[in-house]
Amino acid sequence: MIISVASGKGGTGKTTIAVNLALALAKDKEKNVKFLDCDVEEPNAHLFLKPVLDKFEKVEIPVPKIDEKKCTHCGKCAEVCVFNAIAVTRNKVLVFPGLCHGCGACTLFCPENAISEQGREIGILEEGKAESISFIHGYLNIGEPMAPPIIRKIKKKIKKDYSDNRDNNITNHHITLIDAPPGTSCPVIESIKDSDYTILVTEPTPFGLHDLILAVEVLQKLKIPHGVVLNKCDIGDHKVEEYCKENDIPLLLSIPLDREIAVAYSQGIPIVKINPSYEQKFIQLFQKIAQTI
Amino acid sequence: MKEIVIISGKGGTGKTVIAASIAALAKNKVMGDCDVDASNLYLLLHPEIKEKRDFYAGIIPSIDLEKCTNCGRCQEVCRFDAIKTIKGQTVIDFISCEGCGLCALVCPVEAIQMKENHCGEWYISETKYGPLVYARLGIAEENSGKLVTLVRQNAQKIAKKNNLELIIVDGPPGIGCPLIATLSGANLAVVVTEPTLSGIHDLERVVKVAQHFGVKTVVIINKFDINLENSAKIEEWCQKANVEMIGKIHFDNVITEALVKGLPVVEYSANTVAKEIKDIWQKLEDLIN
Repeated sequence: MIISVASGKGGTGKTTIAVNLALALAKDKEKNVKFLDCDVEEPNAHLFLKPVLDKFEKVEIPVPKIDEKKCTHCGKCAEVCVFNAIAVTRNKVLVFPGLCHGCGACTLFCPENAISEQGREIGILEEGKAESISFIHGYLNIGEPMAPPIIRKIKKKIKKDYSDNRDNNITNHHITLIDAPPGTSCPVIESIKDSDYTILVTEPTPFGLHDLILAVEVLQKLKIPHGVVLNKCDIGDHKVEEYCKENDIPLLLSIPLDREIAVAYSQGIPIVKINPSYEQKFIQLFQKIAQTI
Repeated sequence: MKEIVIISGKGGTGKTVIAASIAALAKNKVMGDCDVDASNLYLLLHPEIKEKRDFYAGIIPSIDLEKCTNCGRCQEVCRFDAIKTIKGQTVIDFISCEGCGLCALVCPVEAIQMKENHCGEWYISETKYGPLVYARLGIAEENSGKLVTLVRQNAQKIAKKNNLELIIVDGPPGIGCPLIATLSGANLAVVVTEPTLSGIHDLERVVKVAQHFGVKTVVIINKFDINLENSAKIEEWCQKANVEMIGKIHFDNVITEALVKGLPVVEYSANTVAKEIKDIWQKLEDLIN
């Protein structure tokens, strides 16, 4: 079973929920828990799960390399590049690697076979174990614009889980949790697509409601079943609860604002470690989701 | 004309709340909201939209089912797993499609057309605090930074036209394209952080990005009293990194109260937090002049 945790608004508690859910589930020896931190721009889950990382893999995307000896400066490569990553002058070809999406069009269409692709490093994948939890996260290199290629590489690591699910083998024993980045655009889509369920974490404020509505639209477009976790539920207003009721979106768990939790969070300590009664709440959260799927 | 961009690395540190208060305090400026896929600033500034424009970026493929022979050539070349065969028919997965157009180029029977992608809208508006340019990226669209750049360019146009000296931008979280598009060419980046391990981790990365692009950077520690030890760590780090820490704001429920009322904090209350934001604005004014 693949459960992603997303939000729309940043800072609502995605990592908190994902991490604590993982820890609560991992207590059950029968369960095999994987954790994917797909927020490759600003990964945080490792600060709480403290995995021992032992596998490191560079992430590269293919960018065109022009053999100026073969190049006739016909401009075909620039013509087929929709991302404006290639510019051709009378006697030179300029490649803008930051704009290149690695689609391969230029390489395929060069009439002189003057283009080859070479890997350009944009980040790194790190894998390891946090006690019994299998952990993967990635880092986008400073100054690099594109997160999705790294997220795609992380998701490839669980390709087998997807094919199991397609054979109707969705099981309660193998659980993959995906911590998504904030927002509603490409990095989030890449992280959550093909999930069996998405938990949307929000807060009871106008910003929380506004961005929750956007996130729900994304999940409807992706056709992923979803439910809401309301964090800091006792501040703000009731509009998120009303919205969930009116739209038949299950409110799976509500967590009050608790200074003790906030302080523990600031120190990198998960809720279930300072308040074990929360373990039961996260197990119940999982059971509600498992019943839905 | 000077441009101040408010960024964070980590989401939810308080960029928009602070941006809204600065909108209420600063004179002769244009506001821009560059968090285009989850735009919130307008919820506190209550704009009246003067102009709405459509945003087109990229192209999306469309298969002519009558011409398609399901030869699979498009599927062979697609690097993004965006072409699938469902019940014998070749189908585009628009969620995965990157809009490169290679499928249309290789199709032996020219069965694929590429069409312009309408992927959002942007708005020029007036608020009681001055002009605001903001945008809405379409659901599940690519956020390449183009829409962010459009927002900034139009904020700059309005500033020039009306002789306004300052542009203040509420930025997105993260360090990828939208953040880079927000930062490049700005005069000052204000990083809003929080005294948590996550906040510190993300602060270090986003400051590196700002420095990579040569933008002068300062830091605000929001909710600093949640963890005084971490707060002190941030101040220490800022000193080592040669980045000025220009203010600290208490954690206070008044921020949520103001938010629910739809008001910038400095208009809702005159308490400690409001005073701390006013002091920060004073420092920013001094810095850019």
